[in-house]
Amino acid sequence: MAAGSRVQVPTEVRRGEPFEVKISVRHPMETGFRVDDMGKPIARNTIHEFICRYNGTPVFAANLGSGIAANPYLRFFVTALDSGELKFEWVDDAGERGDAAATLRVTG
Amino acid sequence: MRIGILLLALLAGNTFAQTPAIPASELRSGVSFGSAELRAMQSDDFANPGMLWVERGQKLWQTPVGSAGRACASCHSDASLALKGVAARYPVVNASDRRVIDLEARINACRTSQQKAPALAAESEDLLALTAFVAHQSRGMPLAVSISDSARAFFDQGRDFYYARHGQMDLSCADCHEHNWGRKLLAETISQGHPNAYPAYRLEWQSLGSLARRIRACLFGIRAQMLASDDPQLTALELFLAWRADGLPVEAPGVRR
Repeated sequence: MAAGSRVQVPTEVRRGEPFEVKISVRHPMETGFRVDDMGKPIARNTIHEFICRYNGTPVFAANLGSGIAANPYLRFFVTALDSGELKFEWVDDAGERGDAAATLRVTG
Repeated sequence: MRIGILLLALLAGNTFAQTPAIPASELRSGVSFGSAELRAMQSDDFANPGMLWVERGQKLWQTPVGSAGRACASCHSDASLALKGVAARYPVVNASDRRVIDLEARINACRTSQQKAPALAAESEDLLALTAFVAHQSRGMPLAVSISDSARAFFDQGRDFYYARHGQMDLSCADCHEHNWGRKLLAETISQGHPNAYPAYRLEWQSLGSLARRIRACLFGIRAQMLASDDPQLTALELFLAWRADGLPVEAPGVRR
């Protein structure tokens, strides 16, 4: 499956002020309840773990499952004290890992 | 006598339809039949999942492939300029073999003849991504296909298919999308059946899909014999659909239920 993701964060944020982080990940989120054209069950494959770290510190984590639609879209708020890098990591049931990153400049 | 002439004129107008059955003032993009949430999803470039394919397409556009070692960008230098308005003109008649081709077929023709790379499979991730990227460059531009000269025969073929009854349900495309648009089919509102959002992200598919796939889904719905996704009849129908949506803005990648 083709990997890919899109991340949106403000390029500049004020110290201590919450800002919005948006990420959408290309993933089929296969439920495990479907069958293919030949009637064979399609194995479940969902992103079950998602974590976002800021300068190494976990700031957001989510456990997703078969109830989440394909290409999950997550939005959450983070507060930053120093400039640094937001790193996103996730892993699916097939063991495939994905990651994305975004850099932030903190002012004020 | 006068009434007779009028009737004749009307009949002739129907048989040799030169103006679409739905007048320009009543044309409505499929998105306007959707819910507020669906419209919001399409209009927000970040929430629109189709943009995942557009971004992927942009990368593919710059990646050299095939034995010629050329990327799309090697010939078409600045995509945003070179491709602007292209999708609004498709399908077109290919000059070399006099066949009607859609955007997907154009991309594959470029791959095989210019890049010397194998053609991409219909509905494959890469073909959808490239098509979405190319179509996205024309976003907001009005559909304007040509049906003159060599395109005329294909247009006629597409129109005939559109108005012919198909399948076990004995329905023509017009039965739903011209005579009953805006009314309910179970929980769905019937749209006018315009192609301006494709390739579009359909929530039912949980993926991006081409116009050919969407038409095939309609054929399946009326229990008609399925056309292969590269059937020339399908491309001819795409040409007719683009013509009857003349003036509607390209929305690709659209979002539909």
